Amino acid sequence: MASNIVLSTQEYNVVGTRPIRHDGTDKVTGRAQFGADINLPGLLHGKVLRSPHAHARILSIDVSRALALPGVRAVVTSADLPRLSGQVADLEEAAMVTLKYRSDNCLASDKVLYKGHAVAAVAATSPHIADEALALIDVEYEVLPPVFNVLDAMKEDAPILHEDVFTTDMSGEIANVASNIASHFITEIGDVEAGFAEADVIVEREYETGMVHQGYIEPHNATALWHADDNITIWCSSQGQFNIRDQSAQILGIPVSKIKVIPMEIGGGFGGKNTPYLEPIAAILSRKTGRPVKLTMGRAEVFEATGPTSGGYLRVKIGVNKEGRITAAGAYLAYEAGAYPGSMVNIGAMCIFGPFDVPNARVEGYDVVVNKPKTAPYRAPGAPAAAFATETVVDEICEKIGMDPLEFRLLNGAREGGQRIGGPRYLRIGCLETVRAAKEHEHYSTPLEKPISSNGSSRRRGRGVAGGFWITASGQASAVAGVNPDGTVSLIEGSPDIGGSRAVLAMQLAEVLGIAAEDVRPMVVDTDSVGYTSTTTGSGVAFKTGWACYEAAQDVKRQMIKRAARIWDVPADDVAYSDGVLSHRSDPELRLTFKEMAARLNSTGGPIAGRATVNPSGVGGAFAVHLVDVEVDTETGKVDILRFTALQDVGKAIHPSYVEGQIQGGVVQGIGWALNEEYFYNDRGEMVNSSFLDYRMPTSLDLPMIDTVIVEVANPGHPYGVRGVGEMPIVPPMAAISNAIYDAVGIRLRTLPMSPGKVLEALWEKGC
Amino acid sequence: MPGKVHVQSNINGEDTDFLCEPRQSLLEVLRDVLSLTGTKEGCNDGNCGACTVIMDGRIVDSCCVLGVEAQGKQLTTIEGIASADGLHPIQQAFLENASLQCGICTPGFIVAVKALLDREPKPTEQRVRHWLAGNLCRCTGYDKIVRAVLDASEKIQASPR
Repeated sequence: MASNIVLSTQEYNVVGTRPIRHDGTDKVTGRAQFGADINLPGLLHGKVLRSPHAHARILSIDVSRALALPGVRAVVTSADLPRLSGQVADLEEAAMVTLKYRSDNCLASDKVLYKGHAVAAVAATSPHIADEALALIDVEYEVLPPVFNVLDAMKEDAPILHEDVFTTDMSGEIANVASNIASHFITEIGDVEAGFAEADVIVEREYETGMVHQGYIEPHNATALWHADDNITIWCSSQGQFNIRDQSAQILGIPVSKIKVIPMEIGGGFGGKNTPYLEPIAAILSRKTGRPVKLTMGRAEVFEATGPTSGGYLRVKIGVNKEGRITAAGAYLAYEAGAYPGSMVNIGAMCIFGPFDVPNARVEGYDVVVNKPKTAPYRAPGAPAAAFATETVVDEICEKIGMDPLEFRLLNGAREGGQRIGGPRYLRIGCLETVRAAKEHEHYSTPLEKPISSNGSSRRRGRGVAGGFWITASGQASAVAGVNPDGTVSLIEGSPDIGGSRAVLAMQLAEVLGIAAEDVRPMVVDTDSVGYTSTTTGSGVAFKTGWACYEAAQDVKRQMIKRAARIWDVPADDVAYSDGVLSHRSDPELRLTFKEMAARLNSTGGPIAGRATVNPSGVGGAFAVHLVDVEVDTETGKVDILRFTALQDVGKAIHPSYVEGQIQGGVVQGIGWALNEEYFYNDRGEMVNSSFLDYRMPTSLDLPMIDTVIVEVANPGHPYGVRGVGEMPIVPPMAAISNAIYDAVGIRLRTLPMSPGKVLEALWEKGC
Repeated sequence: MPGKVHVQSNINGEDTDFLCEPRQSLLEVLRDVLSLTGTKEGCNDGNCGACTVIMDGRIVDSCCVLGVEAQGKQLTTIEGIASADGLHPIQQAFLENASLQCGICTPGFIVAVKALLDREPKPTEQRVRHWLAGNLCRCTGYDKIVRAVLDASEKIQASPR
């Protein structure tokens, strides 16, 4: 593996090392408690009845036969949830959320809008009895014509999903005819027409991407107990216990203070575990039965009824002059939101030209509802499809003007002081440094080897490059650090640990205090036990919660200095704290290590705990360049990944192993999206590949090692220079692989996935 | 509903009696009857490997085995990999190589790797990738998992237990 590129000059003791994660032992021994592992006295098991239709009106629901089945304790429908008006709540991530839609997505009230839409739920003494009871619920539907594709849904004569959705325009103006287009926007910078007039070469292409799923291995789950005093406890695995609390409270129509959400370990989320699907249902089943109720989804339910990411239609047009400088760019993005408004088209629009310094640009976006599950964020939501379009157009332009694609990115790359369309001016960013690192990487200069001859003459090899941009996010975070008498620190925080963040947060605290990462005991706690902390999303935990830990440690440090001053009877200004040692600035006799001081706290004035709440700005924006070598079998259309190198500016890698891991994992999800993964629907809107076997995510056998190069251009907006890592690496792979396939066999693929069938069709079209 | 069946197995070295419904899978029995929740459910149809256990020396997806089929069988679950002396070298290698992110697939992987290294102490990278193709991980891209297996193999060779 190539060495990482460190451009930040600050030296650290703990930050940048690779300690073993604090929760590791429990996770390799099976002791860690994930959501479905909870068991409680008197626990009942719940199951959800789901719509067999993609679009239908619910005429009646009769639960009497189900209730009569021995072992069934309760059945609920949307009638058991409060009627929510069209009120809008400012919730996280998806920004403004219409509560009725959130509630209706938990349990449909008047209409079902996708196959798999929840209609009713049962609590019984065993999951098998609950399953049997589902078959005894009689629902009468009036089946309506469905619409599945974004372009079809935008047509004037398309079946309308919502009578109360009217297109909202940029100005906030709302149309007066119901439409599947929930919103429409245009963002501009510079003079686009003049920019294209200056161009010597213009390339414009169309793209289609299908819906894909996050594919976390742990299905959604929720257990709730509605206590006799009307307080509710919810155990679940989510990307944010506070978010689940707040949304569940809204759907249940009760104050947030009545709900305590206990975060269980989370088995993957990638953006898909921010939405309450089961929690409100578990709560009302518990209210009806007086017993705790657990619901877990099956895999087909996860595919059909949670939130995959949008499919979409995109058009990208880029103009360059003879020197290869971009003069103008235009983009049109129409994203499927699924059953309710709220795709990530706005974020796709922010990112679509992010890696480039574009003087004149126009981006138009449409958020469109279709009869498929309501989409949810998936790792850099909105950006991968956008990059697929832009980065393949750029590849074509480079070919036309005879310019090396990395040279093009050096010439046109985003730089400090430049402005992303619809965004603020860039502060110090690492776009050009990352491109340069790719250009100088041995992968880029090593000639492609010929296919192994035993594989026959049908194989062709190619290399592709692509870049990408991700905005990264911040948010609110809280942390409390209590000093223990043995010199350790208990760190209480509120960010669910989805991939090693306990270690990353403990390290940021340890660095300030000059103690070992192992001497911090990080704990992710429930909503009653720490201040508000926003979700584990936006690549933001190392940034925002890391910052809270940094500040909590500073608070401890200040109190330690005061205490030492008091013990030594000297002014606090005379006490220094460095590398975990308190000392008098001029009297070398006066010296206490952190550990010695910790042991004396209780007898010298009482315990010390630091606390911090933060809501920082200053997120940096992340950039990446990916290099990939592929082998295309021209007889079968199968594409194999031979070599992959991902280079990314992360600002500062707190724990490089988990940074590498995030990059590798994101790349492989991108490879799956590029080559295999898609929802197959039949003409009734039924997903026909709702199992892991048929959805076919990458396995270990499909892949080589994924090489990473961590570029560190410190983010000036964070104490340690953190930018955020996790989402960026899923953005470039689809374009990089498409460009590599072109290099191998001369076909440009502009729909995802680039599955064997599509490769073959394109080869036949080309006459191969 | 049919009555429960009395089943006798040896689980993680201990003779174990349990009662289960004929329709309950081994996975359900382990998790819901015996509280061995280290074995995870990811798909319940044999495609993800999160529920991998060793039954009479062979790895099986416990979601695709009925509880009653465990009669007279020797089972090893994730709870039986570490000993009183500490973690198994495979577990240690997973920690040192940062081979887990969310950790839900980890028990299944470790059990599958145990079965591999018990029969083939020095597998190649390609052999490891082939053996683990029935275990899905969505977080890591498998790189650090494969490295951990090769690392554990070397360490077990260097100091056999």
